[in-house]
Amino acid sequence: MALLMGVFSIYLMVKSAELPIGWIDEEGPGGGTWPFWLATIMLISCGGIIYNWFRKKGPIATSNKTYIEAHVLGDVAAVAVALIITVALFSFIGVYGALPLFLIFYIRFMGKHSWKLTAALTVGVPVVTFYFFEITLKIILPKGVTEPLFLPLYKMFL
Amino acid sequence: MLEILGLLAQGFVVVFEPQNLLLIVVGCTLGLFIGAMPGLGSVNGVAILLPLTFLVPPTGAVIFLAAIYYGAMYGGAISSIMLGIPGASTAVATTFDGRPLAKQGMADKALIGAAVASFVGGTISVVLFTFFAPPLAHVALVFGAPEEFALMMLAFATFVGLGGDDIFKTLFSIAIGLVLSAIGFDIISGEPRLVLWGITGFLHGVNFLVLAIGIYGIGEMLWTVEEHALGGGKSMLSDATVSVERTMTALKDLLRTWKSSVMGSLLGYFVGILPAAGATPGSLMAYGIAKQISNEPEKFGNGAIEGVVAPEAANNAASTGSMLPMLTLGIPGSPTTAILLGGMVIWGLEPGPLLFVDHSEFVWGLIASLYAANLVTVLINIAFIPVFIKVLKTPFTILAPIIFTLCLIGGYAPTQDMHDVWLMIVFGIVGYLMRKLDYPLAPAVLAIVLGPLAEPALRQSLIISEGSFMIFFERLYAGPIMVTALILLFLPVFKRVYDRIRKPRAPAEQ
Repeated sequence: MALLMGVFSIYLMVKSAELPIGWIDEEGPGGGTWPFWLATIMLISCGGIIYNWFRKKGPIATSNKTYIEAHVLGDVAAVAVALIITVALFSFIGVYGALPLFLIFYIRFMGKHSWKLTAALTVGVPVVTFYFFEITLKIILPKGVTEPLFLPLYKMFL
Repeated sequence: MLEILGLLAQGFVVVFEPQNLLLIVVGCTLGLFIGAMPGLGSVNGVAILLPLTFLVPPTGAVIFLAAIYYGAMYGGAISSIMLGIPGASTAVATTFDGRPLAKQGMADKALIGAAVASFVGGTISVVLFTFFAPPLAHVALVFGAPEEFALMMLAFATFVGLGGDDIFKTLFSIAIGLVLSAIGFDIISGEPRLVLWGITGFLHGVNFLVLAIGIYGIGEMLWTVEEHALGGGKSMLSDATVSVERTMTALKDLLRTWKSSVMGSLLGYFVGILPAAGATPGSLMAYGIAKQISNEPEKFGNGAIEGVVAPEAANNAASTGSMLPMLTLGIPGSPTTAILLGGMVIWGLEPGPLLFVDHSEFVWGLIASLYAANLVTVLINIAFIPVFIKVLKTPFTILAPIIFTLCLIGGYAPTQDMHDVWLMIVFGIVGYLMRKLDYPLAPAVLAIVLGPLAEPALRQSLIISEGSFMIFFERLYAGPIMVTALILLFLPVFKRVYDRIRKPRAPAEQ
């Protein structure tokens, strides 16, 4: 982790250096100075973390606890992947296409609840979302290809 | 004194507007539910629900969020006592004696004790707050850019010196939060800055809410998914019998614990003011002291009601304490207040001492709402204990997808840009992995909120001094603050040197 973050810090340093990082007369420090030195602190910290790890100091390096148990990893990874897929689908089939799929996946397949409960929540959550965000707050959520289906609803409420 | 009471009365006028009163009741109830869920606490609630507040004016919005903050502090005790799982890290100390009490069939006594103690803690600290805040804000009015920057350094230094986490990991967390806040445009020259990988979405910067919901919403939920899977999905809910008669006896018993709750309140309040400390260490310390001053210390751990009362009073007092530096100095005292501060910026209010002058209605409305929120929460809490116990029976696999849904839409709502939703998912997953490696994440959230204030403060100071860092040490207020910050920053180093001197290679000589 520290190694990856170290590489990211170097990238940030280079990126910051695209703007002046030194002192400009009459103007003060250049625009890149602040992020540049912060990224440097990040890099130094990563160095420190790696050094401590090598000396086997600190609670992580000395503990025998496994990073994550194998049977738990499956659950966490499944949820993470499901979230990524859901967000990816937002742009294509819209929030109201992707959310029900996510809810069905989670409630029926992760939670093993009855189809009846699954159906109720799959319909209920998006309907509440629509009323609250789109009608009350006037925040239009991405619709993707389902856009035309919502035109009559907008006519009714907005 | 009289002036303060007058302003407070004006605040109550704001609070008693029907809309604000409704927001307090709804906020407290929501907060209680969120707090009662294992794993979710006030930070998570405030982060996930902040996007919902765009509907109401700033005063209503902050009252709503403060009510959630309060409610969650009360609610944390419920799952600590009933499940033996802390509802949030702030309620860890409550499990020590709350759980044994529940196992002995006295869950109702513990729950009522926790609620009443929270009320005492909340009320004492709000009174202290009312009289401390205006003078402090008055002093802070003369602060310029160097003082502001020194204060922010102090906030970050407390994380390094007192946070108790790995120093390098804390530093890393602070720096990455500040760098993320620098993305977008350079504030002085107006040039685009740090447009990572040329993705245009970074031009409008990284919204602090995206990081906050990523870490405290998505990341925390992934963490809970893991804990849930480890526990095999089973929960051990205690039974609680609640009746009016039992409640009255419990209340009578509580009168004898006043010492613990007052001590917890004072301790919690002052610990809460410190940026890095906050409610969790405050409540643990209160537990320790309650045990020391008790006549029967051996009862602690086996169901002493003082062991529930002291930490609960402390964690509520700390949540009020952490608002003091947020309102008067613009420096949040806890991750939750950091998110509140970020919210204030979104609502168009500039945090800092001027708030008391320019937006006195907002400030006093908030303070008065804390009094009201306290009373509302304790009443709702005691009246609905059976309901909360039912809520704890709701399977996690039903709550989780609903909370994830709120996170996804909450991440989209502020900017209405899919780029931010993606970023939030990345922060959530990376945040989860980092948390597994013991990286403290609260400093990063604090940093992304303070970043946009810290950079101009630093640059303006350096422009005033023509590049000399001595400006931070030469001024009346900035000097002592900066020196304190530096001492805290190097505290871990001093400690190590001190240990070496005291025990010069003792094991090697033997």
